Amino acid sequence: MFRRVAVRLLSHRRHFSISEIPVADDLFMAAWRRIVPNLDPPKTPLAFMRPQPSSASAASTPSKLTINLLSHYSSELSNKQVDMVIVPATTGQMGILPGHVASISELKAGLLSIHEGNEVTKYFISSGFVFVHSNSVTDIIAIEAVPIEQVDPDSVQKYLTEFTQKLSAASTDLEKAKAQIGVDVLSTLNSSLSG
Amino acid sequence: MAMAALRREGRRIAVPLMSPHPVNPMRSSLASSEEQVFSGARSISTQVVRNRMKSVRNIQKITKAMKMVAASKLRAIQTRAENSRGLWQPFTALLGDIPSVDVKKNVIVTISSDKGLCGGINSTSVKISRGLHKLNSGPEKECKYVILGEKAKAQLVRDSKKDIELSMTELQKNPLNYTQVAVLADDILKNVEYDALRIVYNKFQSVVSFVPTTSTVLSPEVVEREAEAGGKLGELDSYEIEGGETKSEVLQNLAEFQFSCVMFNAVLENACSEQGARMSAMDSSSRNAGDMLDRLTLTYNRTRQASITTELIEIISGASALEG
Repeated sequence: MFRRVAVRLLSHRRHFSISEIPVADDLFMAAWRRIVPNLDPPKTPLAFMRPQPSSASAASTPSKLTINLLSHYSSELSNKQVDMVIVPATTGQMGILPGHVASISELKAGLLSIHEGNEVTKYFISSGFVFVHSNSVTDIIAIEAVPIEQVDPDSVQKYLTEFTQKLSAASTDLEKAKAQIGVDVLSTLNSSLSG
Repeated sequence: MAMAALRREGRRIAVPLMSPHPVNPMRSSLASSEEQVFSGARSISTQVVRNRMKSVRNIQKITKAMKMVAASKLRAIQTRAENSRGLWQPFTALLGDIPSVDVKKNVIVTISSDKGLCGGINSTSVKISRGLHKLNSGPEKECKYVILGEKAKAQLVRDSKKDIELSMTELQKNPLNYTQVAVLADDILKNVEYDALRIVYNKFQSVVSFVPTTSTVLSPEVVEREAEAGGKLGELDSYEIEGGETKSEVLQNLAEFQFSCVMFNAVLENACSEQGARMSAMDSSSRNAGDMLDRLTLTYNRTRQASITTELIEIISGASALEG
């Protein structure tokens, strides 16, 4: 009962910002209790959210960027404080500094570099999305994120020649598209390894 | 030797002495064997009890083995499920999760297991799906099911057959991976018209606790509509959309990506819950079998001792009759 009161206090009909996420959806709970009274309402992801860093006021800009790098098999980095991140957006390499305007962008295959002080960590991403929030929290969600040190240049070369061959030998549109994707990703990988 | 001969004699005498009243077939064979003892015949039905004990012991072994198998499978999949939990958090942080959103075309994606003997998790999922269906049916609204897994299909086909849009089984034939789930999500998105997708699954909290959960993914048009309406998604407009030709294209990709990420996590969590529920079901089953075995052993010993006592009584009374 106390929890319900607390939830109502949290989730008024006001403009909510990223940090103040309500624990449950009031309308849903009320409707559920009315229509399906015998069953407990199911939980929603809101109940399992990790606490987000507080949103800074509009005037000040935080000094550091907080990034989360996520892929489907692990959270590579979470809430790490860095200086700058360069992401391979579909429109080109995009640099994100603290105080960047809030944006959502799609990523294509390429190199992600994270600059912290003097050290640079590089990951190769296959594709994904990046959300930059107004409080300089950046979520990079990638389907595959591999540290560049773990990539073997010889096998990259080998697969690149293989896929180029497949592309020239491809007959149907589907095969051509598949081979083209392979060539694109591998050539980006190749150039990221060298560059 | 003499005892054996007398025992044989006793048995031949005992047969006509068996009580003429019909043994009620409803009563257990244990009670009937005791009846025969009381009526003066030597009981031969320790065999019956022994057979029962053998089968109960086998059941105990099998359920214990199933529990071990479920435990090892759980260990393997639990780390993957926990690692994938971070995947849907940014989407909920950006777009929120509003199950009370009012849309025309609802699709309920119910995730269940293919195999049984896993406790009540599939029934819970189906009950929640039915509840959501009831909540979201109205004059202009429609609500369809997409079912993953045999058990939910069996239950939902009974009363909601016309509402089932798509059903898929044998998800866990190969170990779960993102590619498979992405293909699945693609299939669903292509074949089903939706304004809101509600995924129902059991979230794995611990080996004994599975919480039924529902995640809501909205189609890009509904996201835009909610953003304009203000309220929870109102801040979405302040985000600059980059990449792609138009804003709607990026939002479309975003919705599809969100769906595949949320599905991946949901499928993994449900698989963990299934193994955990199976572990506890098999554990209670083997414990029950152990209790039953104890009770049967007591009955067996009583029956055996009663028959020995009867034999002794007959011998002694026979001997005393001979003496004088």
